[in-house]
Amino acid sequence: MKLLNIIYNGLVRENPTFVLLLGMCPTLGTTGSAITGMSMGLATMAVLICSNMSVSAVRRIVPAAVRIPVYIVLIATFVSALQMLMAAYLPALNATLGIFIPLIVVNCILLGRAEAFASRNGVIASAADGIGIGLGFTVALTLLGACREFLGTGKVFGFEIYPETYGSLIFVLAPGAFIVLGLLMAVFKHFSTR
Amino acid sequence: MLAMILVLTSVGILSGLILGWVHSLTEGPVEEAARRARIEAISQVLPPFDNDPSASVVDISVSGQPKPFRVYPATEGGRFVGAAVESYSMDGFSGEIDIIYGFDAEGAVVDYHVMHHAETPGLGAKMEQWFRMPEGHRSVIGLNPATARVAVTKDGGDVDAITAATITSRAFLGALREAHEAFEIYKKQQNS
Amino acid sequence: MLEYISIIITAIFVNNIVFAQFLGICPFLGVSKKLSSATGMGAAVAFVMVIATLVTWLLQHFLLDPFGMGYMQTIVFILVIAALVQVLEIIMKKVTPALYQALGVFLPLITTNCAVLGVAILVVQKDFSLLMSLVYAAATAAGFALALWLFAGIREQLELVDVPRPMRGAPIALICAGLLAMAFMGFSGISF
Repeated sequence: MKLLNIIYNGLVRENPTFVLLLGMCPTLGTTGSAITGMSMGLATMAVLICSNMSVSAVRRIVPAAVRIPVYIVLIATFVSALQMLMAAYLPALNATLGIFIPLIVVNCILLGRAEAFASRNGVIASAADGIGIGLGFTVALTLLGACREFLGTGKVFGFEIYPETYGSLIFVLAPGAFIVLGLLMAVFKHFSTR
Repeated sequence: MLAMILVLTSVGILSGLILGWVHSLTEGPVEEAARRARIEAISQVLPPFDNDPSASVVDISVSGQPKPFRVYPATEGGRFVGAAVESYSMDGFSGEIDIIYGFDAEGAVVDYHVMHHAETPGLGAKMEQWFRMPEGHRSVIGLNPATARVAVTKDGGDVDAITAATITSRAFLGALREAHEAFEIYKKQQNS
Repeated sequence: MLEYISIIITAIFVNNIVFAQFLGICPFLGVSKKLSSATGMGAAVAFVMVIATLVTWLLQHFLLDPFGMGYMQTIVFILVIAALVQVLEIIMKKVTPALYQALGVFLPLITTNCAVLGVAILVVQKDFSLLMSLVYAAATAAGFALALWLFAGIREQLELVDVPRPMRGAPIALICAGLLAMAFMGFSGISF
């Protein structure tokens, strides 16, 4: 029950995108369609689970003064490994997400969770936190991607809902990213503060 | 102090080892994936053939162009049926565009495949499909750059530019003209 | 020469790091509430970005590439940037206390500014020469500072406006950023 609670916490109460406003760069940069948004979310989640677990595992042996550099090295290791694995087995996706894959390193969500949660909790709980926060991030990115894809091209996950000619391209382009995220955030805020 | 240095060094060494291991594991598949993507693109843009075009690849330099063009000749039953040309343009809207064009023996475009680009989604990125669409004068399929004017209509050519993406269209057609020039040079070399 | 002008104009206006490339959004949203702090942040980022690009470029070309350790790029670059920020902070405190007073508080935030790491990786991907990389880094930083500064001006005005309750704070800021991005799209198509 406690683990489910941690996951729920990451998904809704501390949703990294809508509540904590963390990791904005990939949120805006990779959500041109639902599928790329979801892929980015899942990639980040994979790194987050690994980094959370390893930070939690070494939390007792790392001196406090050097913990941040150690966390950065751990995160960067997993990101680089992910980058190589994606280049090898998912080259098309790797090309689409491009520079945002190595930039997972500087995603504040990872260092934030390492410091705020994993360095104080056990390995299993940290993994659950990684799943929860990761899911919250993935859901937010997928939702944003789906909205932009729907408004811009009339498709969701590549399935046509209405003809593309009626879509407004602006939502797939850069300004649409900011505007749709702003509106989604307002909706989320409206329902969560009622 | 000693503990700090010890921990930092060991973490660094450990991560270096892990990454080196993953690198050695993925090196092969990465090259394999790139090779397979290229072979697929080559077979897509060529008329039917029965040789291995990448076995007889030739680099052709065109004067005024910074990099040579790779020409992959295709034969069927020993007879030359066309070639795929790996071309590029530096004049894209955002960065380099890499495209493979396929020509038949006479030099008419059979098909093309965009290998790499960073054009705007929904605008320039449409080139992946646009230049083979049957509407209007969009398609370059079947055009022979030796006889047709391969340029956008705005510049006095025969091809409709992508709506709101003239720069990308110019880059695409420029790469096509260069590819055709490389193709012609290749044919001359073979015949002499 | 024209090449450098083209890089500068593109990096500041056409491909603005915030509005077109989506890098450095966190400080863009976080430190843009006041015009004075936006100016400070912009200057601090410019400072770190140019120095970080210099150091990482040298490391990439004289350490990582010769030893075939390209796969260590991410880990080396982020450590270099983190260390650099620390060192800069110490030097600044000693040598120019006045500058430290102005920029000091922003320095720790820069380590996790993805624009710095992003530019360091981009110049390697684009295969720029050292001078070109430095010009690109400086121009990108100028673009970042411009975006931050424009946006801070808008947000100061926004404070005085009666915004519907759920839209207050981040949502309305994001929508304003979207409108600014739309304005910046007007620059697209400019090329040399």
